[in-house]
Amino acid sequence: MKAAVLLIPLLPLASFFITGLFGKRYFKEKSHYLSIAAVAASWLLSVYVIVQVERGEELSWEIYSWIAAGSFKVDIGMLVDQLTAVMLLVVATVGFMVHVYSVGYMHGDAGYYRFFAYLNLFMFSMFMLILANNFLLLYVFWEAVGLCSYLLISFWYHKKSAANAGTKAFLTNRVGDFGFGLGVMLIFVSLGTLSYNGVFEQVGRLGTGTLTAICLLLFMGAMGKSAQFPLHVWLPDAMEGPTPVSSLIHAATMVNAGVYMVARSSPLFYHSSTAMFVVALTGTFTAIFAASIGLVQNDIKKVLAYSTVSQLGYMFTALGVGAWAAGMFHLVAHGFFKGLLFLCSGSVIHAMGGEQDMRKMGGLKNKTKITYWTFVIGALAISGFPGLAGFFSKDSVLAGAFHGGYWYFWLIGLLAAFMTAFYMFRLIFMTFHGKFRGKQEVLDHAHESPPSMWVPLVVLAVPAALIGLALGLPPENGHIDHLLEPVFEAVRGEAHGFGLLDGGLMTLSALIGIAGIALAWLFYVKRTDLPEKAGARAGVFYKLALNKYYIDEIYFAVIINPVMALGRGLWKYFDIAVIDGFVNGAARAARNVGKWLRPTQSGRVQAYMFTMFLGLLALLAAYWLLNH
Amino acid sequence: MTPLQNYLALSIALFAIGAWGVLSRRNVILVVMCIELMMNSINIALVAFSNYSPSPAPGRGEVFVFFIFALAAAEAAVGLAIAIALYRLRQRLSVDELDEMKG
Repeated sequence: MKAAVLLIPLLPLASFFITGLFGKRYFKEKSHYLSIAAVAASWLLSVYVIVQVERGEELSWEIYSWIAAGSFKVDIGMLVDQLTAVMLLVVATVGFMVHVYSVGYMHGDAGYYRFFAYLNLFMFSMFMLILANNFLLLYVFWEAVGLCSYLLISFWYHKKSAANAGTKAFLTNRVGDFGFGLGVMLIFVSLGTLSYNGVFEQVGRLGTGTLTAICLLLFMGAMGKSAQFPLHVWLPDAMEGPTPVSSLIHAATMVNAGVYMVARSSPLFYHSSTAMFVVALTGTFTAIFAASIGLVQNDIKKVLAYSTVSQLGYMFTALGVGAWAAGMFHLVAHGFFKGLLFLCSGSVIHAMGGEQDMRKMGGLKNKTKITYWTFVIGALAISGFPGLAGFFSKDSVLAGAFHGGYWYFWLIGLLAAFMTAFYMFRLIFMTFHGKFRGKQEVLDHAHESPPSMWVPLVVLAVPAALIGLALGLPPENGHIDHLLEPVFEAVRGEAHGFGLLDGGLMTLSALIGIAGIALAWLFYVKRTDLPEKAGARAGVFYKLALNKYYIDEIYFAVIINPVMALGRGLWKYFDIAVIDGFVNGAARAARNVGKWLRPTQSGRVQAYMFTMFLGLLALLAAYWLLNH
Repeated sequence: MTPLQNYLALSIALFAIGAWGVLSRRNVILVVMCIELMMNSINIALVAFSNYSPSPAPGRGEVFVFFIFALAAAEAAVGLAIAIALYRLRQRLSVDELDEMKG
């Protein structure tokens, strides 16, 4: 077990170094061999770990003392429990599939080796983030995955929009990480330790105010990384990166880090009802907020990006209302089906020769059969179609909110679920059904992707369809609840049986999903004139949603432009006038003194000698005067 | 015996004439000659001091004189070589024109 846990992150790291150092000169278009082998091995080891964990084995291992300065002690250590194992499996599975997929998607790219090296670095960082056994190590790898995210978003760095999107992601995350860092410091100041076990044992020693402050600061970090309102702005822009990256980092794994962190810190959050409410409120608001933007976006990846933001909101709702296992369940299910959906969208973009605007698509169903059917499976799963993954996970989230007494969160969640079903099938119908709306030569060129791309789609479609049945039955007391029970033992609410009410709620959420699908069908297949009418009818709301509620514009007006203006002002009036004035003044003074002294350097030997004689005479005269 | 002052007066006179020549003459060869003159005035002073010393030791001042002779010979050789090179370059030997190094 120890060897397995150690090798899971180290294999991708080794592959990162080898591919990164030698890829350009030696591996070239074969760079993926080593990368995929490393991730495949990590995947096998993750399966082994989850099997071991399921048998009841756990691991808390301090590998070596990293920092020991007085009372400040931090180990590099690993903690493997059920939560870790679940996360490991999701990350390794999606990561493995994305690596395979990238072979086809990135084929012929000039930075082929670089792409795989970065992916490996990301896998290493993400595994370490999950395996860490203390808050500081978590923070370090939290930043490391942020770095990989930055590198991969701006992978095509010669494109200005991609470079800007990377910077935006990095800066937005810094805002959240600032809070996270303060939270970690506050934990150390109040408790004198940073290891999970040490902190959670001493929760009782914390005052309510301190505890709430810690939780809110930690949650600020989670809001940044998991793209919750108001720090969600970076995720849609992150779609500038290659699609496999969007799938792996910005849908299935890294953005879940915030959810994982809150779930991991459940013993802290549980004792602060304020923090819990803030988490649930932020999550629910983000869920409906992002879903409403997703309704009207025309870029296929932007729809999925807002969908991701919305689904992450769901997870936070679940955590905030105390339905910890439901939140993790949705994380797992979402990881699979959203990873799948992004890969499918990549396949569509590949078929369309790089086009991402859905208004120029349509009727691709027969051209790309495998992509179409896997896309439909993913969309059904996220819409909560009965039997598929999202049905069980979303229902357990909603049921958790309902039973926790937060009926308003439940209601908003239900509305968001309706929107989700609508925008997902709007995407399907706009892309695959109806008549092709782009140029004829693009349609002639459209084709199914190579096997390295469609095989991962098929493989991921399996868990997207079936993981709900495997983990979620019976509802709210399924396999995942049992598996995660030891982790959330101390923080779970009172158990309740699955009664008639739950059956009713379940049917309702299933119906809501189907209604959303039906409405999308009506709008985009049956009566294609309706969307325009509805858009005109909704007027200002339509415009708000289409422009993402002007959040970016508000940030520009309130924060970015004033700061830039301040910078410009300082540059013009302080830097140029004062700093440069001082430096240039010193130079000018030296020059003027030089100009004044220059005539003495006449270059005439006899003038020099005359001066020397005069000096000698002056010395002699001084000597004579002093001695008489 | 001739008093020391006479020797020193001669030395100072020769030195002053040499210095005047160095400062006023334009011709490089004349400047070099004047420098020789200054050095020999110093030689006279050194020999005189050596002889009039309260505790005379034979050859103490004369040793310096020989060093200065050697130095003067070397200086004359180098100086004249420079003068010849200069003449070949410019066809003139005026010191005033050599001001390329002015600031």
